[in-house]
Amino acid sequence: MMLPTDAPSLAPYVKIGEDGAPYIEGLECEACGEIIVGDQRRSCPKCFAQGTLKARRLAQRGSLYAFTVVHRSFPGIETPFVSAIVDLEGGGVVKGNLIAIDPKDVVFGMPVIVDFEQVEAGDARKAYVRHVFRPDGQAGAKEANR
Amino acid sequence: MSDVFVVGTDMIRFGRFPDRLVEDIGAEACLMAFADAGLGIADMQAVYCGNLGEANRAVGQRILRHIGQTGVPVVNTANACATGATAFREGWIAIKSGLYDTVLCVGVEQMGRGLLGAPDTHNGATIEGLIGSRTMPSVFATLGMEHARDYGTTFEQFAKVSVKNHHHSTFNPKAMYQFETPLEQVMGAEMISFPLTKLMCSVNVDGAAAAILCSEKKVRQLGLMSRAVRVRASILTSDPYTPHNFALMDFNTITRNAAAAAYDMAGLGPDDINLIELHDCFATAELLHYENLGICAPGEAGSLIDRGDTALGGRIPVNVSGGLLSKGHPLGATGIANIYEVTTHLRGEAGARQVEGARIGLTHVVGAGSACAVHVLEKVGG
Repeated sequence: MMLPTDAPSLAPYVKIGEDGAPYIEGLECEACGEIIVGDQRRSCPKCFAQGTLKARRLAQRGSLYAFTVVHRSFPGIETPFVSAIVDLEGGGVVKGNLIAIDPKDVVFGMPVIVDFEQVEAGDARKAYVRHVFRPDGQAGAKEANR
Repeated sequence: MSDVFVVGTDMIRFGRFPDRLVEDIGAEACLMAFADAGLGIADMQAVYCGNLGEANRAVGQRILRHIGQTGVPVVNTANACATGATAFREGWIAIKSGLYDTVLCVGVEQMGRGLLGAPDTHNGATIEGLIGSRTMPSVFATLGMEHARDYGTTFEQFAKVSVKNHHHSTFNPKAMYQFETPLEQVMGAEMISFPLTKLMCSVNVDGAAAAILCSEKKVRQLGLMSRAVRVRASILTSDPYTPHNFALMDFNTITRNAAAAAYDMAGLGPDDINLIELHDCFATAELLHYENLGICAPGEAGSLIDRGDTALGGRIPVNVSGGLLSKGHPLGATGIANIYEVTTHLRGEAGARQVEGARIGLTHVVGAGSACAVHVLEKVGG
């Protein structure tokens, strides 16, 4: 999606494209094909090949791998929220908040979409872009129709 | 290469000592371990000190200012929650290599209260709560949920770990807590991060533990073999690449790798182990590590706790000290406190919590970042 903002991203692996659209960036190893998320590095952590990790856009769909409902975090952090681990389609694993769902309706393996939104964060309450996961209504409907 | 033996070990009672210096707490544990062995600082050829909170401030040397500045080499280790075990293992390596015959290993920590660590920041903003959570309870809660996803493990089964370990610590005068926590109390405590309530999180305490290691030649020369305990295996691993590790710390693979290597080094298997002190930093973790350490098949940890197999008197007692959940978790001290606990059982000196007939025990710690240490100890005397 397009956000009417030039706010910086809140996660190092969320990039803002030249078209203004945020996306999750992964690194694909040209030697072994593994897709990882995180900082650029000199060698592939899986196969150890040097200089083979190339940045690429990761999918904006995935499935919920695991989660917890956080009721108490560090002082000042608003709770509760669902901290979710999502397996992206085609590779890459990302953590984020699962929103727009009652925590008691969350189920393992549920399809989710990766969305981006503007939030205020930090002491200065500045604007940032963050990724979130939402239940994938379309995929859910497809499942239900089977 | 010489076998390596624990000839003296002790720990202070874990608690909260905000008015004491970290080196004073560490010095107390060292002197207790010396008394246990009948040795002194002048006998020590090197010192290995584990401490995390003041890792850049030469805690080992500061301890020597309190117990005797002999001028021997001091190595300070910092390795997350494996810090104490890493110090112990460095001492083991030094004797194994033949360089020294007698060394002192000490772990010490002074902790604050409440959640460990601080929220992550990026671009000047706190990301905790906006991009999921990175508190340790939330990480281990999610790992528990991963187990629930794969095997149907329940909130109640995780809670039983805390009931058991708090029960165990009622027999341990050196534990932070000595009170029972019935299942309803554990499950009804403040929810921190589902499925972990406050009583399913380890307790932050101050503490220190020390162990004296000797070569076989030295143990015989000193006549200390009757209470000595042989180190059958000492293994340290770091986290290998696994796909989920970036988003969700993988404490399973690193532990499985360490356990496999430890069993291989010791030339035995999980069925030979009589008691285990493992890293129950959160109640979920203990069930995961039953499987990671091979004392049950994958997916069977829930039924193991249901059957009471890992309680004192059960098939394979786990964390009879009370564990990190109730004895307490002073990060740098924990790995050596585990050594003290298992050694005490192998000597038959554990009193009301004694695991009867214990001949072989295993210790395990795992720290975020990640580091995992497994030690296998064996009774020597009749």
